[in-house]
Amino acid sequence: MTTALLSVENVTVSFDGFNALDHMNLQLLPKSVRVLIGPNGAGKSTLLDAIIGHVKPTEGRVVFKGEDITRVDEYKIVRKGICRKFQAPGILESLTVADNLALAARRHRECWRSFGRRLSPEIRSRVEGVLGLIGLEEKRHSLAAHLSHGQKQWLEIGMVVASDAELLLLDEPAAGMSQDESTQTAELIRSLSSRHSILVIDHDMTFVEQLDAPVSMMHMGKMLREGTLEEIRNDPQVAAVYLGRAKEIPHA
Amino acid sequence: MKKWIKIACDAALLVVLALAPYYLSSYHLSLLGRFLAMAILSLGISITWGKAGILSLGQGVFWGLGAYVLAMHLKLAALAPGDMPDFMMWSGLDHLPVWWNIFHHPAVALAGVVLVPTVTASAMAWLVFNRRVSGVYFALLTQALALVFSTLLISEQAYTGGFNGLTDFNTILGHDITDPGFQRAIYWITLLALAIAFVICRWVLSTGFGKVLVAVRDGESRVRFLGYSTAAYKTVAFALAGALAGVSGALYILHAGVISPAMVGVVPSIEMVIAVAVGGRSSLTGVVVGTLLVNFGKDAISSAIPELWQFVVGALFILVVTALPKGLVSLPSVFLRMKSMLFKLSTVNSLDGPST
Repeated sequence: MTTALLSVENVTVSFDGFNALDHMNLQLLPKSVRVLIGPNGAGKSTLLDAIIGHVKPTEGRVVFKGEDITRVDEYKIVRKGICRKFQAPGILESLTVADNLALAARRHRECWRSFGRRLSPEIRSRVEGVLGLIGLEEKRHSLAAHLSHGQKQWLEIGMVVASDAELLLLDEPAAGMSQDESTQTAELIRSLSSRHSILVIDHDMTFVEQLDAPVSMMHMGKMLREGTLEEIRNDPQVAAVYLGRAKEIPHA
Repeated sequence: MKKWIKIACDAALLVVLALAPYYLSSYHLSLLGRFLAMAILSLGISITWGKAGILSLGQGVFWGLGAYVLAMHLKLAALAPGDMPDFMMWSGLDHLPVWWNIFHHPAVALAGVVLVPTVTASAMAWLVFNRRVSGVYFALLTQALALVFSTLLISEQAYTGGFNGLTDFNTILGHDITDPGFQRAIYWITLLALAIAFVICRWVLSTGFGKVLVAVRDGESRVRFLGYSTAAYKTVAFALAGALAGVSGALYILHAGVISPAMVGVVPSIEMVIAVAVGGRSSLTGVVVGTLLVNFGKDAISSAIPELWQFVVGALFILVVTALPKGLVSLPSVFLRMKSMLFKLSTVNSLDGPST
């Protein structure tokens, strides 16, 4: 068996006595896609927060590439190779599209090494590549503020890709996208799995189906069930959780 | 193309300022020298507030540290060997404190002018930014610092000259400060310092560091989640602003001949920010022009009707924030927009046919 790239072990995060994550466990293999689903408040985003160091677990640990990163500062975790796309587009509006990507792509992020003006050829070619990938070559010199909502989403996905992190965390990457755009996004994510491990959160079952990846279902801060989308759908426990919310897991 | 126009404007401004000793009276030259010194501080505010979005209402502290360090040197230089400043003797001190004496050496004083404010600013910024204090809380904290600093200066009269501050400077590096020829030299030194500071700031903003600063203003947590230690970047920016403030303060007292707690407290610190806002906080040229205009305005108004200035500065601030948030430098583009609007309006009218 291959060793896990990321393992979340027994992690509990509590806010004022409420356990947003309750002895949560998750393992991710290198170069694989995993989809995280669950009702609102199941703790999906909190799990990403705990992985990236935004919230510190009260119990348990997060191990990345064999190293315990539970107590490491956020920006240092990112430098180790985890990059996250947030639910709300978090692009940098006063910078150009190309500058947004370059900021994400830069290798040397320490302050004292930031006084160079020129980007290395490696970084520039990566920025070019990502511009092509997200279809924003024409917009490279426009300010990110002037993009449409869908383009902003794409740009942020592009930033995560440009970071070249081994593990990408995508929180609702297709939110607010049209059907075509979300299909393209799913294709992009599948193609990325040749280089990266990707953990995707999403509600949209059509999108999840297109990702064609193992699914982990969370409920009340715990892992409820893991398996293929079909197995999850036919699981009586899952059905019980979604009782009265049949719309969220429609049968194809 | 547009970049060249900007550089040409900056260069023209520099030439006009460099020739000032030939067309200004010595009184006005001394005023202009002071305001050019203030403009160095404004460049620092432009970087921290204009670019990185860090509003400090306590720049007077770092400005004051630079000013006091040089003033201590000037005070000592004016004394016969073994003498003490008069206010120390009145307060009953029997010997010069060590931290006064070290600034007797001009090189130490010069280094101190830059280092004391820089170190103070970095220490404060590092402590505060690492605790994720920002925005309005940071502004309040710096304001409190300005209050503490001026209060401390007043209360420690034996060491600082108290309310009256330090004055009666007459010699620096063996030159007579009051000599008109030397005043002219100080003016050019100030202008040169401003030009160098301007170029440094422009360069800093053009680097990756500058991009990260702008990004921090847009979304600090996003930048952190791209692997940047935003606290480190903000601290370096704040330290740079501190250094510029220190140099600004030191040059200022060479023109003004006095430094006192009233010049470094809360109100002057706020006025420094207002001058930057009026000029246009994110444009380096804008903040220089804004600083000159606001300070000359202050001088003209206060010498005519002293009570009026506070009202004018308040009104000016409200006016700029509401009507011209990008400051005076945005006037040309606002004007162009209005012109195009008027033009459109007139074409619409012409569709209705002539009104006659």
